[in-house]
Amino acid sequence: MSSTTLNKTPLHDWHLQSGAFMTDFGGWHLPVRYQSDKQEHQAVREAVGLFDVSHMGELLVEGVSAADLLQYTTCNDISKISVGAARYNALTTPAGGAWDDLLVYRLAEERYLLVVNAANQDQDFNWLQEQNSQFGANLRNVGSDYALLALQGPLAVDVLESISDLPVRDLRYYHFLEGELLGCPVLLSRTGYTASDGFELYLSPQHAEAIWTKLLEGGASFGIEPCGLSARDSLRLEGGLHLYGHELGQDISLYEAGLGWIIKPEKGDFIGKEALLRSKENPQRKLVGFQMQEFGIPRHGFPILNQEEQTVGSVTSGLLSPTLNAPIGMAYVPTELSEISSTFLVQVRKRRLAAEVVRLPFYQISRST
Amino acid sequence: MSQTPSDLKYTREHEWIRLDGNQAEIGITFHAQKSLGDIVYVELPSVGDELEAGEEFGTIESVKAVSSLFSPMSGKVTDINSELADRPETINEDCYDEGWLIRVALSEPDEQDNLLDDEEYDQFVLEEAG
Repeated sequence: MSSTTLNKTPLHDWHLQSGAFMTDFGGWHLPVRYQSDKQEHQAVREAVGLFDVSHMGELLVEGVSAADLLQYTTCNDISKISVGAARYNALTTPAGGAWDDLLVYRLAEERYLLVVNAANQDQDFNWLQEQNSQFGANLRNVGSDYALLALQGPLAVDVLESISDLPVRDLRYYHFLEGELLGCPVLLSRTGYTASDGFELYLSPQHAEAIWTKLLEGGASFGIEPCGLSARDSLRLEGGLHLYGHELGQDISLYEAGLGWIIKPEKGDFIGKEALLRSKENPQRKLVGFQMQEFGIPRHGFPILNQEEQTVGSVTSGLLSPTLNAPIGMAYVPTELSEISSTFLVQVRKRRLAAEVVRLPFYQISRST
Repeated sequence: MSQTPSDLKYTREHEWIRLDGNQAEIGITFHAQKSLGDIVYVELPSVGDELEAGEEFGTIESVKAVSSLFSPMSGKVTDINSELADRPETINEDCYDEGWLIRVALSEPDEQDNLLDDEEYDQFVLEEAG
């Protein structure tokens, strides 16, 4: 697809003018990096980085039956989300896989904002609309109403405090507030996809460039870097966070993906519940994190072999971790190879190299809130 | 504006070749290193290996991507840039000099007729970007 037919975020011109290296991601023309992937990664771990993630899709579900529609189509318990909070969740397939993973924000008693992957947003919307025929909630695709910026890193809170009076320091993890930032209405949540502290800012596309620029100016003395998709991917992988199309998919059981913590069968009936309960009883494979014992960088699709050198799985994501300076990856392997300290082989092109299962995440911060 | 040196030859695989008689020094272009991003690992052949034009001779890996290296010409490897094992980022910093990859004693010097000059290469990059 040529770049002229791709979707563009409100910051597209800014990215081009900054000399960012751009790519097609999920039908969007987005920055991979501005200068250096490693420098952008490091800024988020040690200082602060700013991402344009306006490609993410937003769906609004409203009305008396909004919660019923969401309870039926997702696996997590919607009733446990209080107004002002958000939860990670998945839109389940009848077979116990995921149409998508998403964040659900409870904006009001009967109003929910779903934040979904760019590439899946139309499919998600159509699926929800189909299911909604028996619920009658008000469902709208509001993706074009929002720009989304992610301000991530231990100093993100300091940057926001330096340019606003919003009570950001006290905002709890997976909670949000609504207010004005430099005169622009924003929804600001303590969430992110980097495994560092940080915030995501939902705002009108018309204000995106002004806020983006102000955050970069205000963040300059804190060492802020604009960050692209490459850093976003290396950061999330260190955090053991799933990427749809890699660790998640229609044919991957959410239990096997290690997401048992978002599956709440006790909440009542929902799509895929029976299949998920079967998968919990008898998992065929499991998602693991591993570290290479012999040097080689694992990549998506590389085969996993057991000690008898039979192919038994494959790598879903892998890289040379910038923070740990070690080759790490995630993979689906048979349950008997999924225990911590189990070993297997990774086929890295022509070589078969030893790897050991380690605990996920690879990188974690302690959160006080 | 071009960053492409005029004294080198190029391939459509984004490699450059510095010819000196029957000797060739080979590396990757500015465009190649920029699209790869921060380079973290390079796998090179051994001195003495025989390469054929078009044959894969190594791998270059960045944080984000993996790219195969293809020999632009046939010959025997006489030298590899062993500095890259500890400092692969040299390729990002100075791809046309300090960041060279291998040196080859050419067995088929006429193969250089298949290579691009700097202007042809720049044009190829533009066309590829579409």
